[in-house]
Amino acid sequence: MRYAYYPGCSLNSSGLEYNMSAQAIAPLLGIDLFELPEWNCCGASSAHLQDHTLALALPARNLAIGEDLGLSLAIPCAACLSRCKATEHAVRSSEETHTLIESLIDRPYTAAYPVKSLLEVFIESSMDLLQDKITKPLTGLKAAAYYGCLQARPTDYMDMDDPEYPQTIDIIIEAVGAEPVDWAHKTECCGNGHPTAYPKIGSRLVNRILKQAEISGAECIVCACPMCFFNLDMRQKALGQKRGRPFNLPVYYYTQLMGIAMGLPPQKLGIDKHSVNALDLLSQKRYIPTAGSAAEGGPA
Amino acid sequence: MKKVGVFVCHCGTNIAQTVNCEQLAEAAKTLPGVAYSTEYKYMCSDPGQTMIKKAIEEHNLDRVVVAACSPRMHEATFRKCVNGAGLNPYLLEIANIREQCSWVHSDKTKATAKAEDLIRMAVAKALKNEKLTPSVIPIHKRALVIGGGIAGIQAALDIADTGYQVDLVEREPSIGGKMAQIDKTFPTMDCSACILTPKMVDAAQHPNITIIAYSEVEKVEGYVGNFDVTIRRKATCVDPVKCTGCGLCSQKCPSKTDSEFECNMSQRPAIYSPFPQAIPNKPVIDQEACRYFKTGKCKICQKICASDAVNFEDQDELVTIRYGAIVVATGYSLYDYNQYGEYGYGQYPDVISGLDFERLVNASGPTMGKIKRPSDGQEPKTVVFIKCVGSRDANRGHDYCSRACCMYTAKHATMVRDKIKDSQAVVFYMDIRTPGKNYEEFYLRAVEEYGVTYVRGRVSRIYMESGNLIVQGEDTILGTQILVVADMVVLATAMEAQPDAAEFARKIGITFDQNNFFNEAHPKLRPVETFSAGIYLAGACQGPKDIPDSVAQAGAAAAKVVALLSKDEMATEPIVAEVNTNHCSGCGFCVPVCPYKAISLKTLTERVHGSVAWGPAGKEITRQVAEVNKGLCQGCGACTVNCRSGALDLLGFTNEQILAEVDSL
Repeated sequence: MRYAYYPGCSLNSSGLEYNMSAQAIAPLLGIDLFELPEWNCCGASSAHLQDHTLALALPARNLAIGEDLGLSLAIPCAACLSRCKATEHAVRSSEETHTLIESLIDRPYTAAYPVKSLLEVFIESSMDLLQDKITKPLTGLKAAAYYGCLQARPTDYMDMDDPEYPQTIDIIIEAVGAEPVDWAHKTECCGNGHPTAYPKIGSRLVNRILKQAEISGAECIVCACPMCFFNLDMRQKALGQKRGRPFNLPVYYYTQLMGIAMGLPPQKLGIDKHSVNALDLLSQKRYIPTAGSAAEGGPA
Repeated sequence: MKKVGVFVCHCGTNIAQTVNCEQLAEAAKTLPGVAYSTEYKYMCSDPGQTMIKKAIEEHNLDRVVVAACSPRMHEATFRKCVNGAGLNPYLLEIANIREQCSWVHSDKTKATAKAEDLIRMAVAKALKNEKLTPSVIPIHKRALVIGGGIAGIQAALDIADTGYQVDLVEREPSIGGKMAQIDKTFPTMDCSACILTPKMVDAAQHPNITIIAYSEVEKVEGYVGNFDVTIRRKATCVDPVKCTGCGLCSQKCPSKTDSEFECNMSQRPAIYSPFPQAIPNKPVIDQEACRYFKTGKCKICQKICASDAVNFEDQDELVTIRYGAIVVATGYSLYDYNQYGEYGYGQYPDVISGLDFERLVNASGPTMGKIKRPSDGQEPKTVVFIKCVGSRDANRGHDYCSRACCMYTAKHATMVRDKIKDSQAVVFYMDIRTPGKNYEEFYLRAVEEYGVTYVRGRVSRIYMESGNLIVQGEDTILGTQILVVADMVVLATAMEAQPDAAEFARKIGITFDQNNFFNEAHPKLRPVETFSAGIYLAGACQGPKDIPDSVAQAGAAAAKVVALLSKDEMATEPIVAEVNTNHCSGCGFCVPVCPYKAISLKTLTERVHGSVAWGPAGKEITRQVAEVNKGLCQGCGACTVNCRSGALDLLGFTNEQILAEVDSL
């Protein structure tokens, strides 16, 4: 199945691990991620604060290129997804907006190919194949699925999951043999840019999520958004220091766990690049060889 | 030569401000057929009506056009007026130049031109109007009340007290409805049972009331004064004559199931009365829960019954009874809060509904009136109340306000503070609505005397942390987020129409609104009538209502029923559909179109005159034609537009009359 892959700004920078792991597992699961040519910024959080029309026009150009290729966009980042879905919805529901957007981007765009989240792509088309490819089931791993705010909201056009009790990441956690924990902060806000701009407010939000994940008994957090990952992973150490006790909750992209379960080396999935050590938990659980044994070159 | 009089009303300034009434009256004089025209400030007033009557006499008018407000407002008034001057009331025509002109336009020149058009059309139609005469139908002097909650009981009592026979049909094993489940009633804090159960007993003992419990209305045929209602008496498996109501069977029954009356917070046997004060106080067997019906073995109740009243062979029974009038008092149901994901999708046992709370606080409830939370039976210290759950929420629930929740939440919070020492009651609200006598005072007492904390804002979510419910919300007055660690949360869930309301409405031939509440004939002036003559509404089936309003409406409905039953016969509206059998092809398209089931097909036998293609002259043929039951027809006209051969005409709005209006434009 071929998709126009839209990495957006984050997948080659702060969300590199998401990109690496997605690119690594997709071919094994029969998914062809063809990078959208000449893509531009989706506008994310800035454009819709400035100008509503601009916020629709920016993603529309990308969508139009995809449409020209006859492909649905597969979008890893939750913010990009939200903006593209918003555009698709606006174009579909108003002929006036449709005409305006087409004149602004100077190409036809009819919203003929539905925008898809990368998560949705995996859930829809590769779950059966995944079962055949799993060589290292992540048995005994307790994982808290974290969706953040945008994966299933707003409900007007984000229709792939339940807005209050989403399940898609949980389904993947179960599929790779791990155990999804039931916890309260699946959709709580991670603070987006606030932990940087307003550390007081932002850190409180991140702290709340980490605390609840800890209470739930999870050993790690699994997410599907580079922004969420960035906040939960990179800020964890400082928040642990602040309370005087480290959290020690590695954060993974669901694509990384899928890769591990399929026996791919963690380096290929970017797991060695996290702020919170994400290798130790996996080697403790014997899903990957320990660092020492790998160095010796002996069999695991 | 027909002579039309045109009377233009200013309606104070309602019309005159936007429409030049003098100009209208002047212009009307030039219209064909108009013999007289004038204008006046208030045409509906006594001098106005006298003016019309005088003009009819002086100018020998035989048609009258009144250009004024909507016919729904004053058509009846002016019909009576022209009738007083000796004209057939159906020779009057109204030109609506208020609602359809002056109120919706601002440009006086254009509005006046439009009003002229409207009058021209009315005159053209008036010239084609024919005299219509009402027919009479007999009235069967027996009433049916459907639904045995407080509204139905009250309506039945009020009708019965005037001497007419009433049947009260209730689908549950006992009458009493939701009020029987409630503990105390605002604003007086009367015990609900203490004011309801005596009424239930009155109903049971009233010589003119027959309670038909555990039964449902299956079919309604006929029309005002003559409804033939088929009632399904569900199999109770207990002979009500033999049963003494001793209750031994219920005690010994080994099959248990969740008690609906206790909001599933305790169990009841399969052979049961919903509550100890039930009326009729005879148990019924719930066949879905009964061990004998499921496995073919048991019959303990039958063995133990001293009066041999248990009969497993009992079958549903259909009875058809004729009634002159029907009161619909089928009540409401409650919004299912399990749809609210942010409140846990019904997964947290200590998040309950207001009705659950009523049972928890009720002396005869599952906890004997001691407030204990469902999860572990502990007494909750901090109880959070959330209002507008499903009400005023277009996304998940309903647009409307459920009206009673502000008051019962104040009551619940007061009871928490009153009954639990060192307790805290926190109410999250959007607005406080207390529009009833002594209601505001009741709410203030909750705040000032009982120290209930009111927080203006919505609760965004509830989650569990270390066994406690964390209620996360916003205080919009302080502009801050707040977290409350709660032991129990009570949701004021929306009152909504019964799940089968729409189906029921279709069955008995009344209309319902976008929320499936039954429609009253006019929101202000005909609040208890329906669009179907002889069928009246009482209680929350018409819209959310508290007990005082339900009782008041029940009394009003009873008065309407009594007024109807007090006549031996009644005149019917002559604006009904009529079939021209010469044109009718018998296709039957009009039959399913009629919302009042007033049209049926009948077979016509006639002799053919002259030579025709299908046979010799003088041959007798039979064919089908439509027939309109004038008692059932409400004059909506749906059949006339559907008739392919133009055989159906609505008297008073005939095709000819309407075309004359259109042609005059």
